[in-house]
Amino acid sequence: MRIPGMPQATEALPGAVPASIARVNAAAWSEAAVLARRSGCRLVAVWGAERRDRDAMLSIFAAYATEQGLCMVELPVAAANPVYPDLSGVFPAANRMQRAARDLLGLVPEGVDVDSRPWLRHGAWRDGEFPMRRDFGRTTPPESTPDDYAFVRVEGDGVHEIAVGPIHAGIIEPGHFRFSVVGEKVLRLEAHLGYVHKGIERRFEDFAVGDGYRLAGRVSGDSTVAYAWAYAQAAEAVLVVRPPPRALWLRALMLERERVANHLGDLGALGNDGGFGFALAQFMRLKEDWLRVNEAAFGHRFMMDRVVPGGVEVDPGPARLEELARQAHEVLREVNTLRGIFDEHSGLQDRFLTAGRVSPSLAHELGLTGLAGRASGQAHDLRADHPAPPYDALKVRKVVHQAGDVAARVNARFDEIGESMRLLTAIVEGMPAGDVRVALPRARDGALGVGWIEGWRGPVLVVLEAGAGERIRRCHAHDPSWHNWPVLEHAVIGNIVPDFPLINKSFNLSYSGVDG
Amino acid sequence: MIPILLKIMRTGVVSEAPPGPNEDWRARAATIQDRILRILGRALVIRQVDAGSCNGCELELNALNNPYYNLEGMGIKFAASPRHADMLLVTGPVSRNMEQALRIAYEAMPDPKLVVAVGDCGRDGGIFGRSYATCGGVANVIPVDVVVPGCPPPPAAVLQAILTAVAGAVDETPGRIGP
Repeated sequence: MRIPGMPQATEALPGAVPASIARVNAAAWSEAAVLARRSGCRLVAVWGAERRDRDAMLSIFAAYATEQGLCMVELPVAAANPVYPDLSGVFPAANRMQRAARDLLGLVPEGVDVDSRPWLRHGAWRDGEFPMRRDFGRTTPPESTPDDYAFVRVEGDGVHEIAVGPIHAGIIEPGHFRFSVVGEKVLRLEAHLGYVHKGIERRFEDFAVGDGYRLAGRVSGDSTVAYAWAYAQAAEAVLVVRPPPRALWLRALMLERERVANHLGDLGALGNDGGFGFALAQFMRLKEDWLRVNEAAFGHRFMMDRVVPGGVEVDPGPARLEELARQAHEVLREVNTLRGIFDEHSGLQDRFLTAGRVSPSLAHELGLTGLAGRASGQAHDLRADHPAPPYDALKVRKVVHQAGDVAARVNARFDEIGESMRLLTAIVEGMPAGDVRVALPRARDGALGVGWIEGWRGPVLVVLEAGAGERIRRCHAHDPSWHNWPVLEHAVIGNIVPDFPLINKSFNLSYSGVDG
Repeated sequence: MIPILLKIMRTGVVSEAPPGPNEDWRARAATIQDRILRILGRALVIRQVDAGSCNGCELELNALNNPYYNLEGMGIKFAASPRHADMLLVTGPVSRNMEQALRIAYEAMPDPKLVVAVGDCGRDGGIFGRSYATCGGVANVIPVDVVVPGCPPPPAAVLQAILTAVAGAVDETPGRIGP
């Protein structure tokens, strides 16, 4: 797990995820990014941490996906002058993550054309104050009003702006979209997010290592199983404990059910946004059936708080497991019928084909990840690339499409439902017997652990550091939407405004997941 | 076209009776529907505002629109503008970054300005609590008529809360909480 060509020593981390960390200086920090780019590694996340209680330093971290696993790079900087070399020139996706680290910790990227606009700080705290620093909170908070955000202006004859949000027309999360258009054609879209910033990363510090899974499972509610599993992996690495095999198989069962539930909902909504209400009614009916069986088998419609460090919270009996396998078979049959209807519906295909296209080369350049990445030729899926048990035994077949348009993202969902149904059947058949939970030992101060799980939207990363007295010192939970939001802005260029909801839905990105 | 019609026919009507605490729920729902008609005109119109949710509550609010719950069949629908709404359905521990937008939406709504705070977060900030980034429960920002707990509350519970708020408005039940 090192970046090819990087000379620095790396320390392997324990746990289910193949991961390592290298502590570097500023020159090596920049060089690691260039080497990573050159060798085809991908940037996974950038985040900061305070360690002033130890040595008057802050740290900036970057995590890269290599062939062998995850390579983290840590650059300690003096708290008195917390600057570090910018990564966004090499990996464009670093831009917003760096701005978030600046808002929360005052870490300042230095480089050419660095975007210095705030990202998470709208006005809820003052410039020059940093909520993730331990000395934060002594002054009275200001009246919360959004600072005037400096959107990039497009000039020209007939160009006008359409401002949308933060409250959108529908049952959706809040965020602001600024379109620059000529007639109906979109010249530029710029998103301004951060509206649902809840201070999650600071809040983690109030929890014990063994309890943080509940908060992790609420970073983005639609991916609660993926987050809870990633958190559990990180916590189990910190605590040096292994969950029983049956627990891992049950986790995979829940993760695949979460994937299917979200894909069903998205396919219905995509049909609806294409003007085909029939699809919404049918897929929402199937999703409701699916969620009700979740409730019966796991005691929660979305399986929240069912994955816990050390195992799982619930063990459905053999009869329930049979029911899950049967339902997978039945729902797949219905989905295949509906897919036939989608494929034959010329009006719908007319909306889907070529809309919101992201070419494979652009997807690679910008770091498009997860489901949307696979629909644009980016053949990465953690379940197949670094299969942690039970995926090593299940042999996941990656779904990859090349077209990169709405149709490809629709087809990727259909294909992934098919593959998940196959996995669900195989999981029920191969389910090992035994306990589902082990007791947790005490956390060692300073222990570091990583969790990395392929959720339905894409890879979810959790990096966890234990502090004194079982407490969490720092927990960074990273959503794949960080990478995909900026790519959505490219996907809509040249499309018409009325196609934006359809294109947006085909990505279905998380606001809460990135706002934190 | 024929496969679509066949699928519709084979699926049939899956809508269920509205949920309730007891057997006479159907009658009560009918009464409430009468009251909705009497007080609010033809329908109850809701504007949903996510003021900081993890999006779990949004999944359940979207589920309310599925054929099982048949919300529109009861004369209840979601609208895009608070100016067209009788009720705000608010989720999330109100984030400081959404505080102003929530206030503006509330002020834009005509009377009777019903507010239902959805979920444990809407009740008191839930697991996120009150912090530099959140105001805690919805009632810390705007007046609230009904609170429905749960993480997230299932669709049937949200439906109950909506009907409870309407019944309260009809009976002029006191009990609004808030700033």
